[in-house]
Amino acid sequence: MRYLPHTDESRKDMLNAIGAKHIDELYTHVPSETLMSEPLSSLPSHMGEMQVESHIKALAEKNTPTSKLPSFLGGGCYHHHIPASVDHLIQRGEFLTTYTPYQPEVSQGTLTYVYEFQNYIARLTGMDIANASMYDGATAVTEAALMAKRLTKRSNVIVYPCVHPDYIDVLKSYSTHSNGTVELGTEPDENTACVIIQSPNYYGLVFDLKELREKCDAVGAKLVVAVTEIVSLGLLPAPEVADIVAGEAQSIGVPMSYGGPHLGFFACKKQYMRQMPGRLCGKTVDADGKEGFVLTLNTREQHIRRDKATSNICTNQGLCALAFSIHLSLLGETGFKTLAQLNHTQACKLADALESIDGVTLKTESFFNEVTASFPISTELLKDELSKHSIIGGIPVGKTLHSMVFCATELTTDEDIAKLKAAIETILSEHSTNGGLSHAV
Amino acid sequence: MPFETELLIHQSVKGRYGVDLPTPEVRNRTGLNARSEIGLPEVSEPQVVRHYTRLSHQNYSIDGNFYPLGSCTMKHNPRLNEKLARLEGFANLHPLQSEEHSQGALELIYQLTDWLKKLSGLPGVTLDPAAGAHGELTGMMMIRKAHEAKGNPRKVVLVPDSAHGTNPATAATCKYTIVTIKTGDDGMVDMDAFNSAIETHGEDIAAFMLTNPSTCGLFEPNVKVIADTLHSIGAYFYCDGANFNAIVGKVKPGDIGVDVMQINLHKTFSTPHGGGGPGSGPVMVTEELVPYLPIPYVEKKEDGTFTLIKENETTIGRIKGFHGQFGMMIRALAYMMSHGADGLQKVAEDAVLNANYILHNLKDDFHVPYPGPCMHECLLTHKKQKENGVTTMDIAKALLDAGFHPMTVYFPLVVDGAMLIEPTETESRETLDGFIEAMKTIAKRAREGDADAFHAQPQTTFRKRLDETRAARKPVLVEEK
Repeated sequence: MRYLPHTDESRKDMLNAIGAKHIDELYTHVPSETLMSEPLSSLPSHMGEMQVESHIKALAEKNTPTSKLPSFLGGGCYHHHIPASVDHLIQRGEFLTTYTPYQPEVSQGTLTYVYEFQNYIARLTGMDIANASMYDGATAVTEAALMAKRLTKRSNVIVYPCVHPDYIDVLKSYSTHSNGTVELGTEPDENTACVIIQSPNYYGLVFDLKELREKCDAVGAKLVVAVTEIVSLGLLPAPEVADIVAGEAQSIGVPMSYGGPHLGFFACKKQYMRQMPGRLCGKTVDADGKEGFVLTLNTREQHIRRDKATSNICTNQGLCALAFSIHLSLLGETGFKTLAQLNHTQACKLADALESIDGVTLKTESFFNEVTASFPISTELLKDELSKHSIIGGIPVGKTLHSMVFCATELTTDEDIAKLKAAIETILSEHSTNGGLSHAV
Repeated sequence: MPFETELLIHQSVKGRYGVDLPTPEVRNRTGLNARSEIGLPEVSEPQVVRHYTRLSHQNYSIDGNFYPLGSCTMKHNPRLNEKLARLEGFANLHPLQSEEHSQGALELIYQLTDWLKKLSGLPGVTLDPAAGAHGELTGMMMIRKAHEAKGNPRKVVLVPDSAHGTNPATAATCKYTIVTIKTGDDGMVDMDAFNSAIETHGEDIAAFMLTNPSTCGLFEPNVKVIADTLHSIGAYFYCDGANFNAIVGKVKPGDIGVDVMQINLHKTFSTPHGGGGPGSGPVMVTEELVPYLPIPYVEKKEDGTFTLIKENETTIGRIKGFHGQFGMMIRALAYMMSHGADGLQKVAEDAVLNANYILHNLKDDFHVPYPGPCMHECLLTHKKQKENGVTTMDIAKALLDAGFHPMTVYFPLVVDGAMLIEPTETESRETLDGFIEAMKTIAKRAREGDADAFHAQPQTTFRKRLDETRAARKPVLVEEK
């Protein structure tokens, strides 16, 4: 067992030093009837590095990742290029193997990158402040709704049906144990704590938020804007009319990794600071007057306020926030905007290709990097057929509408788009001759 | 002394960039005008690499030295796990890919689930929660749902005063009223207080949230009585399994009457904590609570392939996007397999041995509130040093100058000036001896009574004592634009 430094000899010596004859003497206060009487025979014994590596590699090889085939999947998780420096730097042991910065004098590295992260999120979203990150987009948006309830002392939440379905599901799960309702897309009234809208939405459509802001103001509800693709903020105007902007920042620096760990973010207006969930890093000075950083406003949190805390969250996605900060720093102002434009341009080419196919209708007039198109055949069928052409299609949505959401990123090549177009044309022509078009909308 | 570095926002020079991207054709079908200035820095790749390398030098890490934070569990993070989590078949796998394309990932989730079932003795597992506290919330949501199914969600949750703050915060988030159970003089649940709460609140009690082993580094001796009492009134026994590393392979929580337990993959199974996260907080439950597990979860089909269950009538629903912290699951499984059933038992034993070794060697120099043996962490207080004006915080800062990360300070709250030390199983005797020596020297200095020198510490760290009051009174969370 290479991770354990003690030998049987040294274990014996240490027990001797303590004055115990056997390790069991250190477990004497554990009631004997609670101790396992037999070893765990149903699980395998320890393995060497080679064996573990080959077992887990074999599992990885059973998967077909999006890097192997043209893929048009988005929907809250995006395949982007990550510069080599990002993974190199986050794997430095001094970042990777540290804990929460409880002792700021020896944690300035972590605290500084968290502070930089807060700055970047605030600037990208057009909000005043941001926290040190959240579990993921779905839980960040849910926490935004809970915060809006605390701020307004109202209980109902309105969520637009075009918000990511996972986000709506999480919101609903949380609402079963907190008072109030979650309604889909109704008009806000005096009982509405907040309205949650996503832009670009799940179908890729971009919203102008001004009208909704006015509706919220008329009844005193908060406006929460959800963002699942943070790269969109390099081309679209900042959602600065919102009260809270929350969502997912996985796109910058964090691999898809089958859905996690990802990087939730949370930004809001300054006046809501003390109701914010999660960890916050603040600037201060040390005994010599030198600038430094500490975790701050802890009185909102569970380790001080216990059952009165603003949330039960006691962590952030530290390492993912670091990866984000490094990647965004490398991109900088120009690079980030260029990346956004590259994504959008590829999506425009994708939209052009889809529009040009007979029988296919583009449903998304204004979009960033995702577009929805409708087809004369079921999109479940389309998805399977695309798979036979070695293409990972988009996300089927609304079965009766025969629609599919396609995503393009900077990794989507012109050849990928041409292949998709050719495949769809072939599939549609096959299914029009064998009667598949009878399902047409 | 590490080099200083300015925030990258302040190093910006217009026209610099750190990533060469192709020049895109300019198109706009967004329906809106293109974004105006954001305020991101413009810096080169060497600047970025140097900046973050310098920042790394300003951090203390388990790779560098001993990190005895009690109840946080800082153990060695094997790099094999990092390598495996980065395999292309995992890192580039999209969560919405077909089951056919994700069989390896689904099988890995299934295997990890199986290990956790066997180690905990509990038949239901969810890997969805993103962190320990998220696991607590998931567990309490299941408890609420189970009570609701019986017709009454109940009102009260019992929590000991020594519990992690997340326990009461979680129960409150689930809209329960918290009744605090005091800790006895022996550091255990005060059974009189417990029984009286049972009598007072009876069938209003939804659950008791007990951390076992406790934050005092002790195993609750009345655990079976507690479980039986709770079950007799139809309440659930929630065990905060943050300290599972002390008993893994030694005690199966399912066997001692635990109904729900979350564990933290980084604590028991060594996923790195990266300055605060990502974590992962699987929850294990009894058969009775299986219907309420969150979605999605993995099942094995008759043909031997794996499938993701996304709908279920009784579930509490979805608690996170996609399928949880999958990357952490890979690391945890690699660690479990590296240790095996035999090694995991040694993990618990060595963790307990190391903590008792420190306790034994420091018991004459520092006040020990509860007699040993302890579990995987030992609890000391500043009682002896305070007589000379030296507090727990002073001892912590003095340790920094001695080259060690301090223990957890002022927690648990039930003893004055707590110092909770958790060495973990991955430390050698030589390392423990070095720490013991440093602590003894500090105790000697305190006895000699130079409190002022303590207050001025640390002196050798990258930053001296930071003004936390100022940070809270005049919060600066972002730079002026």
